[in-house]
Amino acid sequence: MTFSLLAITLDWGLVLEKFLLIVVVVSISLGFAMYSTYAERKVAGFLQDRLGPNRFGWFGLLQPIADAIKLFAKEDIIPNKANKVLFVLGPGLAMLAALMTSAVIPWGDTLTIGDRVVSLQIADLNIGMLYVFAVVALGVYGVMIGGWSSNNKFSLLAAIRGASQNISYELAMGLSIIALVFVTGSLSLKDIVVSQQTIGWNFFLQPLGFLLFMICAFAECNRTPFDLPEAENELNFGYHQEYSSMKLGFYLFAEYINMFISSVIMSTLYFGGYDILPFVDETKWGLDSNVLTLLGFGALMIKTVFFVFFFMWVRWTIPRFRYDQLMNLGWKKLIPLALINMLITAAVVLYLQNGWPK
Amino acid sequence: MNTFQITFWFLSALAVFSSLMVITRKNPVYSVLFLIITFFAISGHYILMNAQFLAIVNIIVYAGAIMVLFLFVLMLMNLNKESEQQKNKYLLWSSGIAGGMLMIVLIAALDTPDPAIITKPGTGEIGLIKNLGTKLFTDYVVPFEISSILFLSAMVGAVVIGKKGD
Repeated sequence: MTFSLLAITLDWGLVLEKFLLIVVVVSISLGFAMYSTYAERKVAGFLQDRLGPNRFGWFGLLQPIADAIKLFAKEDIIPNKANKVLFVLGPGLAMLAALMTSAVIPWGDTLTIGDRVVSLQIADLNIGMLYVFAVVALGVYGVMIGGWSSNNKFSLLAAIRGASQNISYELAMGLSIIALVFVTGSLSLKDIVVSQQTIGWNFFLQPLGFLLFMICAFAECNRTPFDLPEAENELNFGYHQEYSSMKLGFYLFAEYINMFISSVIMSTLYFGGYDILPFVDETKWGLDSNVLTLLGFGALMIKTVFFVFFFMWVRWTIPRFRYDQLMNLGWKKLIPLALINMLITAAVVLYLQNGWPK
Repeated sequence: MNTFQITFWFLSALAVFSSLMVITRKNPVYSVLFLIITFFAISGHYILMNAQFLAIVNIIVYAGAIMVLFLFVLMLMNLNKESEQQKNKYLLWSSGIAGGMLMIVLIAALDTPDPAIITKPGTGEIGLIKNLGTKLFTDYVVPFEISSILFLSAMVGAVVIGKKGD
């Protein structure tokens, strides 16, 4: 496959198409994150036998809008001793890293509008999985810069916890992805989805890999049981303690966007992405290809909603780890398991490709 | 000038500017952040040369891991102005002259200073991950394995140093 990432001559139709796609994807991510905050409180209410927000709008459906108005209307305080430039940069970086991953996700197959075939993916990089991994690695800067520039020891401690946690769990995550790449033979997310349409979802081939990836995704999103950087009974409020108004909103929002994006990535890597049913050839249903694409997008969203619900379910069920338990789990359990998974997968793939060595 | 050349000159200017900022900032945290920008600019150059794997690995390893550890150390140090070490003035001058001479040699090594040639897009496909992997495991397998032993010894060394306290 030969292509340059930079078209020498610009095709303005393509530029417009990609621009529209970016706007739609970013608005979906933001809207989804907004209603995740509502869903989080509703799920918490359900699990704790309460009602949850139900005052504003039908069943409290307008609650996220009320929250946004509250955050915008609050006074924006920058502490006197804070490093002002970095204090403003921190939430921006957190948001940027959260939204950047959506560029390589295949949100659906192709739509045919007139005689133009539109791919529902912003960029099909042949190193897509590594791109996701790089953005995950950059996500830690928002937490670190925000925590350090606040000039508050609780924030600094939380930032350092967050950074070491992210670095530790990235290793196991990378190793579980390597095993997945052995199975599919490509790093492009589109190719990974297409291969799952024929051979079945990767979850059936890599159950242990999925479990490891999911645990690491929880840790990378700083969600319970790995929410050590936000442990309020030890650190007051965590790395965003000095933040107020929409800067705080950015941090909280980035967490929900991260949750949404990692749910989409999990569905794409292990549960077939926009593939509607496993082991079924959807093209034989005799539906229009556009309808099928939209159904596929719907299937991806249903899987995503399930994983987001799972994130919340775990948060309100399982208590937080102690810090040494977190490090023990990451370094002494997940990494060896991921290595064993990788070795077994490699051996099986080699055997299936070349047969038993003579 | 086409899109390619504009991108090339923009990335080059960004790389030079941010690396100058790295060595002129008083606050080391700013230096680290500018160094990260420099890595991004260099990764952009790799992409222009069609070496996508190198570009993304540069970001994962340097910006994503090593610079985080740099920041880690800097944030835990007490960076007051009073406690700053007074460096030897002659050392400063000698390092400046040595670095400048290295730069002259590097510029002299560019035997084709024609901008039209420097900014030509990379057309080879050796930078794509499949070709790179095949090359590494066939033609260069011995140096590749030797460098992995080097990594292993570095890891063992790190564990030994880390265990000293116990």
